[in-house]
Amino acid sequence: MHSIPGRRVIMALFLIFLLLPIYWLVNMSFKTNSEIVSTMTLWPHAPTLQHYRRIFTDESWYSGYINSLEYVVLNTIISISVALPAAYAFSRYRFLGDKHLFFWLLSNRMAPAAVYALPFFNLYSAIGLFDTPWAVALAHCIFNVPLAVWILEGFVSGVPREIDETAFLDGYSFPRFFIKILVPLIASGIGVAAFFCFMFSWVELLLARTLTSVQAKPIAAIMTRTVSAAGMDWGLLAAAGVLTIIPGALVIWFVRNYIARGFALGRV
Amino acid sequence: MDKTVNQKAWFLVLPVFLVVAFSAVLPLMTVVNYSMQDTFGNNQFFWNGVGWFKELLDPSTDLGGRFLASLGRNLFFSMVILAIEVPLGIVVALSMPRQGWTVAACLVILALPLLIPWNVVGTIWQIFGRPDIGLLGYVLNAIGLDYNYVSNDIDAWVTVIVMDVWHWTSLVALLCYAGLKSIPDAYYQAAQIDGASRWAVFKAIQLPKMNRVLLIAVLLRFMDSFMIYTEPFVVTGGGPGNSTTFVSIELVKIALGQFDLGKAAALSLVYNLIILIVCWIFYTVMTNAGVERRTQAETEPAAARKPVGALQPVPALQPKEGVA
Repeated sequence: MHSIPGRRVIMALFLIFLLLPIYWLVNMSFKTNSEIVSTMTLWPHAPTLQHYRRIFTDESWYSGYINSLEYVVLNTIISISVALPAAYAFSRYRFLGDKHLFFWLLSNRMAPAAVYALPFFNLYSAIGLFDTPWAVALAHCIFNVPLAVWILEGFVSGVPREIDETAFLDGYSFPRFFIKILVPLIASGIGVAAFFCFMFSWVELLLARTLTSVQAKPIAAIMTRTVSAAGMDWGLLAAAGVLTIIPGALVIWFVRNYIARGFALGRV
Repeated sequence: MDKTVNQKAWFLVLPVFLVVAFSAVLPLMTVVNYSMQDTFGNNQFFWNGVGWFKELLDPSTDLGGRFLASLGRNLFFSMVILAIEVPLGIVVALSMPRQGWTVAACLVILALPLLIPWNVVGTIWQIFGRPDIGLLGYVLNAIGLDYNYVSNDIDAWVTVIVMDVWHWTSLVALLCYAGLKSIPDAYYQAAQIDGASRWAVFKAIQLPKMNRVLLIAVLLRFMDSFMIYTEPFVVTGGGPGNSTTFVSIELVKIALGQFDLGKAAALSLVYNLIILIVCWIFYTVMTNAGVERRTQAETEPAAARKPVGALQPVPALQPKEGVA
């Protein structure tokens, strides 16, 4: 690929721009609150783990991470499993209203969460799912299912039709063909789709906060507790923030070789 | 590759249809219902017809004024961040290293801001920009700029925009990078033989190849910035005054803050309609671009046409026709 002059400098500057605010957060999470407030130091002069210790020992803190992970994983599983057959149908068959259905699905990906916050609150209270991970997992389906269908459809289309036909000639039933042949063939696609479902469910806050109160409160909502009458607990807030970055960073690391490919399909 | 007509395919789509209908259509019906009524609490509702909608589109009323002002701010915000993020994203994509471990490292760092929960993005910038404890605010004040995003409108805007650039330029860059990767080397060799300048290569080869991913990038960035809520809410809370109150923030204020269901529902519907229209325009443009691409591809000689399979982007909304 042809590149532009000075690309190393540009790239380096941009990466510094990306990393500097994150570094500052990490830096603050290792400082004591008195150091944060009283002096401006570029690295922690008296490094402390007190904020992290507090999060890992206080149940009301670490349960937030568990709650968040719970609904994110639930949502990813639901999204992928309903999206797989649909992606196959959209890729292989033409049926009544297929194009309209596809557009309708995608338009839901674009719907503002703020619009749905209040009706979701009413809906999930009415059916008794309010304040459970299921409520958030189902609510996040509104943008993750269309996304998963969109990504997977591209990957299914990349599998030649002849493979389906041969399998059916060999006497595979549809479900068996689907699980034994198609799913392994598009495994990387499922990985990419799961990555994006995980990502969008993990970063969303408005719906997650609206649909939970005590039992299933996500970490993002718990973080607002650091504001108290005694002022902000900056160190604790920073430590909690750093810990929310870690799952994302781990997921990126695992799918780093597929990211470009997922984006190449232009389906994010 | 033609698709067979098979109505039974509906059974495969049914689960998706049910899940999305449950979480989209049902709530939307509630919204439509509320939008026609007024409430004084206690679950007492009164028919209000199209009253809220009239008020919403009339800038002289309180509701209309607030809605139109936040809509204006939001559109301005979307334009500014598009004007910054798209060119910057292209430049970053062009600056990606060619090979080696640095490629993976750059990809991972680029993707990092995308995986941070939105409220934490807000928190990061809230801390980073504070004049007393944040590096950015401290440095800016140290070199003599009077920077304070809590009390100054312009500073608040700059902070919110820089934050969005920080958060989302990577998405544009990654999309463009994927588009660039799909250009076969033969194109560049041909350009070299013709003695094309760097700029000519960009204009004649790279930009057209990035066309489609750029369109998707613009669509996604426009949509997401148009419904932005969490990040500015955490950093500025919509202030100072109302200067960074975007449509979503206004909506949540009315819906969950004042529990003014009728007004909020009417606002939601208009808001949703705007998004649906923009989405439809993009859908049409993208579909048409796909058709043009195909007719153009058919007139080209077959050998020059198709680069290697896997990384070749397929037209987004109708992929089957695009794959050779």
